[in-house]
Amino acid sequence: MDFAFFLIQLLNGLQYGLLLFLVASGLTLVFGIMGIINLAHGSFYMVGAYLAWSLSSLTGSLTAAILLAIPLTVVLGMALERLLFRHLYQRDHLYQVLLTYGLILVFEELRSLIWGDDVLGVAVPALLNASIPLTENLSYPVYRLAISGVCLLLAAALYFLIQKTRLGMMIRAGASNRDMVQSLGIDIKLIYTLVFALGIALAAFAGMINAPLSSVFPNMGSQVLIICFVVVVIGGIGSVKGALAASLMIGLAETFGTVLVPEVAGMIVYVLMAIVLVWRPEGLFGGRA
Amino acid sequence: MNSRLQQFLPWFVVGLLALFPLLENTFYMQLLTKVLIMAIFAMSLDLLVGYTGLVSFGHAAYFGLAGYALALMVPKYEAVSLWWSLPAAIGVCALFALVTGMLVLRTRGIYFIMVTLAFAQMLFFVFHDTKLGGGSDGAYIYVKPAMKLGDFEMANLEKPAQFYWLALFLMAATYLLLRRVLGSSFGRALLGIKVNEHRMRALGFPVFRYQLASFTLSGSLAGIAGYLAAVQYGFGNPEILSWHQSGAVLMMGILGGMGTLYGSVIGAGAFVLLQEVLSNQAWFGAAAKHWQLAMGIFIMLVALYMPQGLAGLAQKFRGKPATEGADE
Amino acid sequence: MSQNDKDVFARRGFLKGTAAIAGVAAVGTLLPSTGALAQQAKLKVGLMLPYTGTFAQLGVAITNGFKLAVDERGGKLAGREIEFITVDDESNPAKAPENVNKLVQRDKVDVVIGTVHSGVAMGMAKVIRESGTLWINPNAGADEVTGPLCAPNIFRTSFSNWQTTHALGKVLKAKGHKNAVFITWKYAAGEQMMAGFKEGFEKEGGKLTKELYVPFPQVEFQALLTEIASIKPDAVVAFFAGGGAAKFLKDYQAAGLKGKIPLYGSGFLTDGVLDAVGDAAEGIETTLHYADGLDTKKDKAFRLAYAKTFKLQPDVYAVQGYDAGQLLAAGLDAVKGNVADKAGMIKAMEAAKIDSPRGPWTLSKSHNPVQDMYLRKVVGKENKVQGVAWKALADPARGCKA
Repeated sequence: MDFAFFLIQLLNGLQYGLLLFLVASGLTLVFGIMGIINLAHGSFYMVGAYLAWSLSSLTGSLTAAILLAIPLTVVLGMALERLLFRHLYQRDHLYQVLLTYGLILVFEELRSLIWGDDVLGVAVPALLNASIPLTENLSYPVYRLAISGVCLLLAAALYFLIQKTRLGMMIRAGASNRDMVQSLGIDIKLIYTLVFALGIALAAFAGMINAPLSSVFPNMGSQVLIICFVVVVIGGIGSVKGALAASLMIGLAETFGTVLVPEVAGMIVYVLMAIVLVWRPEGLFGGRA
Repeated sequence: MNSRLQQFLPWFVVGLLALFPLLENTFYMQLLTKVLIMAIFAMSLDLLVGYTGLVSFGHAAYFGLAGYALALMVPKYEAVSLWWSLPAAIGVCALFALVTGMLVLRTRGIYFIMVTLAFAQMLFFVFHDTKLGGGSDGAYIYVKPAMKLGDFEMANLEKPAQFYWLALFLMAATYLLLRRVLGSSFGRALLGIKVNEHRMRALGFPVFRYQLASFTLSGSLAGIAGYLAAVQYGFGNPEILSWHQSGAVLMMGILGGMGTLYGSVIGAGAFVLLQEVLSNQAWFGAAAKHWQLAMGIFIMLVALYMPQGLAGLAQKFRGKPATEGADE
Repeated sequence: MSQNDKDVFARRGFLKGTAAIAGVAAVGTLLPSTGALAQQAKLKVGLMLPYTGTFAQLGVAITNGFKLAVDERGGKLAGREIEFITVDDESNPAKAPENVNKLVQRDKVDVVIGTVHSGVAMGMAKVIRESGTLWINPNAGADEVTGPLCAPNIFRTSFSNWQTTHALGKVLKAKGHKNAVFITWKYAAGEQMMAGFKEGFEKEGGKLTKELYVPFPQVEFQALLTEIASIKPDAVVAFFAGGGAAKFLKDYQAAGLKGKIPLYGSGFLTDGVLDAVGDAAEGIETTLHYADGLDTKKDKAFRLAYAKTFKLQPDVYAVQGYDAGQLLAAGLDAVKGNVADKAGMIKAMEAAKIDSPRGPWTLSKSHNPVQDMYLRKVVGKENKVQGVAWKALADPARGCKA
């Protein structure tokens, strides 16, 4: 592998990692702030992709589809929080695992009933449907660059929201001491609803922007989910910063692993996780929001 | 219920189950064999979740590992002896549980759930992506293990009824063993750790070692179930250690009632039969196609409204708490 | 509850249920109820196919094809009415032995038709070999099924993985490609197709420079595409299917490789995904035992009848299901519907010449089709036939001792 190709692989790894970050950041927020384990998180990634397909074939534009789909996923997230997850805050994690495991089955079957079991394609927006030639026979798709850009913007926005805004302060306070926040007159229930909806919207949004690249297909959520668990474990629960670092790490490890040691590529991320666990059981950025 | 009856009821049930092969219905006998195997699996998880307070979401790893261990031990067209292959399979599971236990027990709560899941996934990929166990196609056991004492054949496991009795025997043995363990001072210490880890640590209990012992025992017992499952179907596949399997066994335990060993048995039976019924196209026609929808909703309802499971439901009528085995 | 009660209950429920299913089947196939032959028990056909999950569409196409073959014979095979018993195998290999056991042990079917997923087929093989039940496999291409696992009662009407790529060696040679890279999922089907290609290509003096594997069923190809670009082979050969195929084709185009390094594949790369990939597949050449535009009388009639009955366009899977029905009919006709004469049935099936929409084919000694492999090219939304890449290609059936 010469230097140019090394750089391109680096780009590939970063892009994959950044997309993972979008899904994992929502997961880690819900974990860290609400103490909820949500196995169905991957299903929202899938829902996002299917919504992107439906709405973009309806409106003829992926951008319009995304703008329409985001409010829908936010509403979905809020409704689920109110109807289901709210009952589980005080309960053992065991029941959260169970409820969300059941939710995965329900989502998959509803997906099958509504959209069928076909593989569906979403077109890349015309504006971004180009490639930048890098070597004589390799180009880099503009759309991938655009995705990376959007992910970076969102990461920055998320950081700003949590660290610099009043809402972010309340979220952080709520994570460390629920009762105190409540006694200060802040509606913690509302904050939980918002955080949960935010997490789900992020996962769904990742599914939407990735739909043109990944295609839209059954069970697409579970692959992403497990990798995101690893991201959260490595990064540290509740840490958005950790999720970013771990996502990039995994993106690079998988990309270079596939090329350099294809035999064990599937295991690399788990070995990475084991190493981190031995070294820092609480994750790289554990204990900080 | 008086305690005398309570003592004899399990044996009565086992005795009744032992008579089932007399009905000579091979299909339902094999289905019941599956229930027995799953009951062992669910009980092993109950030790961890119900009695030690550690929610593992990767328990299928040990189940599958034992199956693969057997598949790798079996010569292609000959029978392997059960006398050493079963202990060897259990040993492999124990060893793997010991090693992973040392890592995963460094974590707690949500972390623990995710890390156990991730380790199971790692094992999944080991068998899925390498030639070791035949990749995603799986490994085959063409001849069932032999049970011979010298030249005398104790049982022929190729015969469904004899295999059924073996599964029944091992299920009863697992139940007895766990009852003994949980009734011992070790079992009481586990329950103490479950209730208040810090207090037990302050009292000078080596919490980590107790948990590791429980984790290892749990993994080993899951190995018995995995061994039997591999024998029953003659087939090991990465799917048997996938996270769906881990989810299913958790579901069995909770459905029956965690922290009650017999609940795991009831839960395994209910879960397997429910799956069988819901997916039966003869009964539900086209709707059977979407049986997972019904299953998913059912699971959610159990999580929301039946936290103590079927055992809890039964106890409720008698006004007793659902935990047995270790009275504090 | 006494075990006895439970069993009786289950059995009664089951009987009622099968009656219901038979009723549905009767309506579905517009069975002319003559009543004269009603004396003879119905023939029990067990369909073990995926009706949920990624391969659900394939399961439905195979079922439709099979039922069409039965319909064409007046809803009967050798004068016997058919009772269909379906089991959804979910494409889950772990449940395969259990699922096929349902058909063999619980329902005691006369013949099992299934399945799509190779791993599931491997899991079925053991139970089938033990029970001796007649099995017609209408898709799963695992080489072993008609290789080491071959048996008198095991038949296949589709292909072996080896077959689907073997002819590509000739094709690449004819185009003047001297070296190639093969990319696929790391699982048995992918490896077998790779081996089939390698053997064919090396026989023609070509060189397989590199084998690239993506963990199954991942669809992140970018890293390997970059590697392909750095290797710069004369040609790339790929096997992916379904969602993976769609994504691979799009990524190949987006990476700028399309048009620079020609892409070939086994036909599954471009089957059933053309709607999803837009122009990313245009011009790609593949080999398979079926194609669009064959323009034979049989194919035209089949396509018309299928479209009329199911309001769907048939695909290669429907053809394989249809041929499973034809093969079973050939066996049953020879013994006049008496399935007890298994040896007679097997003999007739072995000798059968199937007039298939894909063109006539016969069975090899190991019960795999000996068939023409077509070279196809993606033109618009069709896999247009370009010619025959290999006439009457037979699987070598390595390891088959039967």
